[in-house]
Amino acid sequence: MPQFIIRRVLYSLVTLCILSATIFLVVRFTGDPVALMAEASARPEDLDRIRQQWGLDRSWPVQYVTFMQNAFKGELGKSFNYRLPVSELYFQRLPNSLTLGLAATLISLLIGVPAGIISAVKVNSWWDNVAKGVALLGLSIPGFWLGLVLILVFSVWLRWLPTSGAGDWRHVVMPALALGWYFAASMLRLTRSSMLEVLGSEYIKLARLKGLPDVVVIAMHAFKNALIPVFTLAGVNMVVMVNAAVIIEVIFAWPGIGRLLYEGIFQRDFPLVQGVVIMAGFMIVGINLVVDILYAFIDPRIRLTR
Amino acid sequence: MNMGGPDMAPQRSARPGPVLEVSDLQTHFFSFGGTRVVKAVDRVSFTLHEGETLGLVGESGSGKTTTCLSIVGLLPRAARIVGGSVVFEGEDLTRKSQRELRRIRGRRIAMILQDPMASLNPLFTIFRQVAEPAFFHQQLRGRSLRERVQHLLRAVRIPSPEWRMREYPHQMSGGMRQRIVGAIALAGGPSLVIADEPTTNLDVTIQAQYLDLLKDIQRETGVALIFVTHNLGIVAKMCDKVAVMYAGKLIERGPVRELFDDPKHPYTRALLGAVPKLGSKEPLYSIPGQPPNLANLPAGCSFHPRCPEAVPRCVSEEPGDFHLGDGTVARCWLVEGKNEAGAHRGRTRS
Repeated sequence: MPQFIIRRVLYSLVTLCILSATIFLVVRFTGDPVALMAEASARPEDLDRIRQQWGLDRSWPVQYVTFMQNAFKGELGKSFNYRLPVSELYFQRLPNSLTLGLAATLISLLIGVPAGIISAVKVNSWWDNVAKGVALLGLSIPGFWLGLVLILVFSVWLRWLPTSGAGDWRHVVMPALALGWYFAASMLRLTRSSMLEVLGSEYIKLARLKGLPDVVVIAMHAFKNALIPVFTLAGVNMVVMVNAAVIIEVIFAWPGIGRLLYEGIFQRDFPLVQGVVIMAGFMIVGINLVVDILYAFIDPRIRLTR
Repeated sequence: MNMGGPDMAPQRSARPGPVLEVSDLQTHFFSFGGTRVVKAVDRVSFTLHEGETLGLVGESGSGKTTTCLSIVGLLPRAARIVGGSVVFEGEDLTRKSQRELRRIRGRRIAMILQDPMASLNPLFTIFRQVAEPAFFHQQLRGRSLRERVQHLLRAVRIPSPEWRMREYPHQMSGGMRQRIVGAIALAGGPSLVIADEPTTNLDVTIQAQYLDLLKDIQRETGVALIFVTHNLGIVAKMCDKVAVMYAGKLIERGPVRELFDDPKHPYTRALLGAVPKLGSKEPLYSIPGQPPNLANLPAGCSFHPRCPEAVPRCVSEEPGDFHLGDGTVARCWLVEGKNEAGAHRGRTRS
C-alpha cells in the first residue's frame, strides 16, 4: 500500500509538470499583457519599464524556471491586475467555489446515481425511457441557458430566490442546480451502464440463485461492483465544478474561482491564470489519488496487485 | 469421509413421491413485441427421485439451460413459462410468486453455474458468500454462522477453511472456486441441486476430482442432482438417468444403461456415435447438417432434415412420447409399436 501511494504521487508530479509547462505556453500565446496594464497613451519606454518590472523581458525558459521555483515554494506570483499574490486571491475565492462545487456534486449524485440504478434494474421500462430522456436533456441543454431560465422562473416570476451574488443558502440553490444538472445526467448514464454490465454477470445470477432479497442483490452485490467508474467520474466532476464553473459563476455573479479565471484570461493576467490552472491540476491529482485509494478499499484485487 | 453432522442433511420428511416432477413444461421466448416466438423448451417431462442423478444432454442451444432456469424461476426477461408444471416436493413452482420462489431458491433448490471464475463476487470474502444462504434462510448469526461456513468448506475439501474463508475469490484457483460454489449450493441444505455444466471450465484432472466430490456429497446427503452437460463420458460416470434434448424437446429419456446400450432415437444414436473412441483409426463421426433455427423449426419431427432414417411421416407429423418396455421414452415414429409398454400410447400431434 505505501508503495502504491508513492508511485501515484510520483506520477502526479510528472502530470503537474507537464500541465504547468502547457499552461505557461498557452497564456503567452494570448498576447502581450503589458498593453493592457499601461495607459493607452503610454510610450514604448514606459511599456519596457513595466515589462522589466514584472520580469516579462526575460526569455521564456528563464521565466518558466523562476515560476516553477516559486511554485515549489508555494508562491504562485503576483496578479498583474489585482497587484496581490495569486494564492491570496485563490484562497479568498476557494470557500465560495467549494460551496458551489460540493452542492452541485451532491445534486448530481443524488439525482444521477439512484435514477441510474432504477433505470438499470427496470431496463426498457417506462421509467428507463423517462430517465434516458432526462439524461439526454441534461447533456444537451447548455448550463447558461438553464441558468437564465431558472433566474427567470424563480427570481423574476416567483420571486423566491435572489438572482445573483453570494450570501445564504438561497444564493446557492440556482447556480448549484444549473451546474449539477449536466453532471447529474452524465452520472445517470454512467451508473446505468455500469449497473447493467454488473447485473448481467454470473455472480449476480448466483446471488439470485441463493434466494437473497432483491435489495441485497442490487444494493450490495451489484452496486458495490458498479461503484468504481461512478466514483472516478464524481471525483473529476467535482474538481471541474469547483475550478472551472466559469459560465455559471459569471451568470449568477458568484464570486468563485471560475470568475477569477475568466477575469484573468481577459486581462491577460498570466500569473493568475497559471496559478488557478496549477491549483486545479493539483486538486485533480489529489482527488484522483483519494479515489485510487478508495478503490483499494472497495476492491481487494487492486489492494493486492497494486 | 465424514460429511459431518445431521445438519448437512436436508430436513425433509419421508415423502413417497419424486423430488421433482416436470411435466409438459413449455418455456417460450418472445421478441419483437411478441410477434416472434421461440419455443426454447417444448413439452419437456421428466421425474427425479431422492438421491438420483439425471443427466441432461444435448447440443448448445437445445434448451438445457432454459429448462433449468424454468425450474428455479429465474428466466430472462423475454422468456415465460407458458404451459406445464414443475412439481417440487409436492408444490407446483410455476404457480409460485417470486417471493415464494426466493424462499425455495438457495434453501431447497440450489444451482451450480458453469463458470467458476465468474460466479463469485470479486468484492466479497469467501466467508460472506458462503454464509449468505444460511444468514438469510436459516437466520444463523455470529459463531454458529462461522462454524457452519467452516463446516461447508471442509465438506468441499477446502484446506484450512478458518483461514481460507477470509480470502477473496481472486486468491483461489479455478477448481477451488468451483468447490466454493459447491459449498454455496449446499449451504441451505437443498434436496435438489442443478449443476449446469459445472466442469466445462476446469482442467481434466480437476474435473474428475470435482465429479467425485459431487458423488460423495450426494451419497452423504441424498440430494437429487440434475447434471447438465454435453460430455457423455460424464453422464456415464455420474448419472442414473439421461434425458436427451434436441431443439427444445426431450427426444429420449431413460435409465443410463438402457439408453447407452440401446439408444432408440436416431439422434441419440448419432450423439453416441460422435463420441471419440480411444485407439480408433476411423474418422470421428459427426451429425450432418446444422441444429435447426428455433424460431423457424421444420414441420413434423424437428430432427427429420438431419435424420438418416427419416420416413415420410416424419416430415408431416410430429411424434409424441412412446413409452417403451425397458423404461425409456422416445419421441420417434420409428419406435411406434416396437416393444411399446401397453398402457401408454404415444400422444400424436400434428
